[in-house]
Amino acid sequence: MSAVTAATTRTPTKVVVWYKLPAINLALRLLRHLVLIALGASFLLPFWWMVGTSLKPPYALFRMPPLLFPWEDPQTWDVMVWSNYPNAFTFTNPPFSIFILNTILIAGSATVGALISNPLVAYGLSRIRWPGRDLLFGITIATIFVPFYVTMIPLFLVFRTLGWINTPLPLIVPVFFGSPFFIFLLRQFFLTIPQELSEAARIDGASEPRIFWSVMVPLIKPALATIALFEFLNAWRDFLGPLLYLQRKEQFTISLAMNFFRQERDTEWGLMMAMATVVTVPIIILFFFAQRTFIQGITLTGIKG
Amino acid sequence: MATAVRARRLSPATRRNLLYGLLFTSPWIIGLLAFRGYPILSALWYSFTDYRGMMEPKFVGLENYSYLLSGNGDFYVGVVNTLTYTVMALPAAVLTALVTAVMLNAKIRAQAFYRTLYFLPVLVPDVALSIVWLQMFNPQWGLVNAVIESFAHALGATNYVGPGWLASEYWSKPTLVLMNMWLVGNAMVIYLAALQDVPQDLIDAAAIDGAGWFQRLLNITIPMITPVIFFQLVTGLIGAMQLFTQPWVMTLGQGTPANSMMFYSMLLYRNAFVYFNMGRATAMAWILFLAILALTLLVFRSSARWVYYGGEERR
Repeated sequence: MSAVTAATTRTPTKVVVWYKLPAINLALRLLRHLVLIALGASFLLPFWWMVGTSLKPPYALFRMPPLLFPWEDPQTWDVMVWSNYPNAFTFTNPPFSIFILNTILIAGSATVGALISNPLVAYGLSRIRWPGRDLLFGITIATIFVPFYVTMIPLFLVFRTLGWINTPLPLIVPVFFGSPFFIFLLRQFFLTIPQELSEAARIDGASEPRIFWSVMVPLIKPALATIALFEFLNAWRDFLGPLLYLQRKEQFTISLAMNFFRQERDTEWGLMMAMATVVTVPIIILFFFAQRTFIQGITLTGIKG
Repeated sequence: MATAVRARRLSPATRRNLLYGLLFTSPWIIGLLAFRGYPILSALWYSFTDYRGMMEPKFVGLENYSYLLSGNGDFYVGVVNTLTYTVMALPAAVLTALVTAVMLNAKIRAQAFYRTLYFLPVLVPDVALSIVWLQMFNPQWGLVNAVIESFAHALGATNYVGPGWLASEYWSKPTLVLMNMWLVGNAMVIYLAALQDVPQDLIDAAAIDGAGWFQRLLNITIPMITPVIFFQLVTGLIGAMQLFTQPWVMTLGQGTPANSMMFYSMLLYRNAFVYFNMGRATAMAWILFLAILALTLLVFRSSARWVYYGGEERR
């Protein structure tokens, strides 16, 4: 009661603080935008460098200070060299498009695997009450703390015994059995769906698989989009996994190919940057189309830990 | 008799639920056993053996551990590099992400635009990113030194030469920290969402009581999001201790200059897949596992002192 009166009595006495003055307020807001823009520029600069370098003629590459725009020195940077892009695709053997295809194949299969396994598991861990469920969930979360390197070597040896080295199988098959991160994410999502919905379906005589497929799957589509994106992106960016299992050049992913190229042709900056642009631009486009899905997914996993 | 009691205790409904629960989670139960449980335990077994990947593993007791812990095979080089990096990178990342999130949290125009801008770097594949940064931080021809040197020259220090960045054993790790500060987008998005969950009435109440912007931030907003900071700290710790791709690509797996970029994970990889010393590599992996557990536990223990769980009613 006293708090309310205190609030109401205090508001009329408007204390004008210096930073609330209109002029200063405006200046502060402008200042904040300036800082944000400067920060944004520093976040964009590497992209600019990447694209810019890919378009420089060889003699403009090693120039001090480096050129950010062609008009800074039209004598050394007189024209945009677009040829780095077709060259980036053809100079390697096999051509770069093979590496892209390899990566898409692995990332695509892994995405399918993640979409099949994780919803089922998350459903079993959130919508059905059964003895041992919480224990299994606890163990699932605990495995997030296990470093990749602990399981890396025994798994490598198992896959070698199976003859899976130099096949993409070690990078795909495990995904079909679920990953703790995605199970956690989807479980969070399932928990937000009212329990009455399942109850109503059960009263109508629907079985659990039926409820899962006809009631739940349509409701969790946004979350499914999120894990599809995340899994694809993970596989697209992965380096250590392919490094372990793919040794033949025809099987290289984009990351392996770029690493290989960096060792072979260290000074051909233009080509390297053209390659980097080629592997980066598609995901940035993807991001612009699916921005909301991305942001939602990140938020969902980060907040309620 | 026992089964009869058991059967009576589990009602048909419970039994059906148990069946379905196991059915739905069965992929993961298999995955858990095959891709986590088995490898974790067999890694432990290998760590006590001399195992070159081809011949049968031979039990040697704690030999791998004593070999490593007495400093052979650059073990402590990897440990010190990794811990130094973690100690620098963790606060740097948390602070950058938090500051950007706080700046964006205010009701400003074009918030989504800025958020997108800061998030973009996260999408770049690590290998591509490493190559771009190598060029930008090239001491001779790179953009970064060009900017720094032109500033220095304008200020009168005409002979100033920029740092060696990745070519200098003192600058290489700070450069890596800087590079990873560029990747705060993920954490920033999480902080931003957390900040927007802080109840506005609390902030308003403090404002009425005369708390300035900074006081409100320090005494209300930040304490309210400490659970998220805590979560980020734990995942950041686990990630930083396992850093591999960037230094591996940038140094061609060599950890140069002067071993300053030879991180623990790189040593482990070399032991396993260059020297094929699986016993020693698994011992390193288990030491890393225990170290991560110990450090995580430490963060957990400290959390009682600084993490505020009062605002947890939001579900």
